[in-house]
Amino acid sequence: MKRRPNTFRKLQDLFVKVLSSAAALLGIFFLGWILFEVGKRGLGAFDAAFFTSLPAPPGAEGGGLANAILGTLIITAIATVIGVPLGIMAGVYLAEVARGTKRAAAVRFVVNAMMGLPSIIVGLFVYTLLVLPFGRFSGFAGAVALAIIMLPVVARTADDMLSLVPSSLREAALALGAPRWRVTFAIVFRAAKAGLVTGVLLAIARVSGETAPLLFTALNSVYWPSSLMEPMGNLTVTIFNYAMSPYEDWQRAAWGASLLIMAAVLGTTLLARFVFKEKKR
Amino acid sequence: MAVASSSRRGDRIYRGVAAAAGIGVALIALGVGVSLVASSWPSIREFGLSFLVTDRWSPVTEQFGALSSVYGTLVSTVIALVLAVPLSLVIALFLVELAPPWLARPVGAAIELLAAVPSIIYGMWGLFVFAPFMAEHVQPALKGALGFLPLFEGPPMGIGMLTAGIILALMVLPFVTAVMRDVFTMVPPVVKEASYGMGSTTWETTRKVTVRYGFSGLIGAVFLGLGRAVGETMAVTFVIGNSHDISVSLNAAGNSIASTLANEFTEASEPMYLSALVELGLVLFLITVIIQVGAQIWIGRTVKRAGGGL
Repeated sequence: MKRRPNTFRKLQDLFVKVLSSAAALLGIFFLGWILFEVGKRGLGAFDAAFFTSLPAPPGAEGGGLANAILGTLIITAIATVIGVPLGIMAGVYLAEVARGTKRAAAVRFVVNAMMGLPSIIVGLFVYTLLVLPFGRFSGFAGAVALAIIMLPVVARTADDMLSLVPSSLREAALALGAPRWRVTFAIVFRAAKAGLVTGVLLAIARVSGETAPLLFTALNSVYWPSSLMEPMGNLTVTIFNYAMSPYEDWQRAAWGASLLIMAAVLGTTLLARFVFKEKKR
Repeated sequence: MAVASSSRRGDRIYRGVAAAAGIGVALIALGVGVSLVASSWPSIREFGLSFLVTDRWSPVTEQFGALSSVYGTLVSTVIALVLAVPLSLVIALFLVELAPPWLARPVGAAIELLAAVPSIIYGMWGLFVFAPFMAEHVQPALKGALGFLPLFEGPPMGIGMLTAGIILALMVLPFVTAVMRDVFTMVPPVVKEASYGMGSTTWETTRKVTVRYGFSGLIGAVFLGLGRAVGETMAVTFVIGNSHDISVSLNAAGNSIASTLANEFTEASEPMYLSALVELGLVLFLITVIIQVGAQIWIGRTVKRAGGGL
């Protein structure tokens, strides 16, 4: 190795140390900047009407996003009901039923690749599947799109968490004569509970802020949700439409919706971390 | 015996349901590809390969080419990676080697929270806060310093390719950092200690030992960032400017595949327009599949070599 004078080496080292601290600081700075702006501008949009009224035309007094709030809750709930059991069963397949087989490896490969699939592509897929044939956008199609985005996330965490459960636990239960399915649902699930809950919460957090797939499926609406087969109002598409509009009060409402979504998503994410940490201790 | 046979039936159902779910999830991925090809077939037949190499995008005359969108996707992704990869590397270095544990944990959590902020929030913030900041401070400064390059031509509008790239960088940063941090933690301490024992500084140890040891893991991290950046939609749609023109200048407005889809999809009333948009989605799908499969194979090979360490 070529020798360099010590002072140069030490200076270089110091430079990198300062640089990397500065980089970490920069990351936190941007997070703080985003949280601050959304908080500041969003809070100004909150009043009683924001949570209880239907949207008003631009310029008109009052008006809120109650229908969009409800719509987002409905779409996310249905997506969870479809996506979580299916995802967990796929995880059970990978970690329990087909553990160690070539087929499981192939499915895992595809599931991993699916995690990187852009959400807008999932929206496009559901559009060709559930919107085009029926001739109309619908809240149900939106929920299916979000469920498909949840699937690989839930399946992968379930796979990881179930795989961490020691085999001796399964063997003990099997030796007592318990059937496989009971071993999985009563013994292995209990041991992996914290991890499974974390995975589900993270998946919900991830999809509740999604916009792109809803543009092609649930679209948006200014009315109360009445049927799952109709377009359904939701917060994120409302943000998109309102933010791009030239009306100041609509833009203000978009900030309010942003704050609401951000608080929900960050809250769920922090909750998930908390659940997981509690268990580890 | 009755107990045994009913439990056997239970197990058959259990296996059947699990297999259906597992294989079903995998089949959805296949279904995505098939349905995109089917829906974009009219456009594929009409334009053939010229779809990929023409930049004409005219709904009125029904002439569609993907070039400007593909170009914008690639340029914004490259900007994002050029900014995010070195930043992630030094942040991971900070978290693993430099910061004491009481500081590393909250800083790491804060960086990870950047990943939890929804894409549309990046869009809102990007359009109303960051783009004006770019227009007033960053772009004039860049023009002053590097204005002789065609890269920084044009009026500082705030929105455009560069702003989109910077926001993308911010969005992929936490993902790349997390993987790089894992890679750094997995380097056996004894290897680093040997280097320190020879009198190396932290930076020398990182560059010559840690980075070399974990090199393939670091490449995996870049793949991950690449996959994220290519398909990111809402944030880009807000700030890229949405123009189908191709411009060398990073200050100029452009578009990406995802932003074109988000902007124009609900306006597409003509079947050929719709079909062309779906074909655009198909192109994005193929790009991500190549990246994801590449990443999987790369990581799989690394795991084998490292004996399951990664």
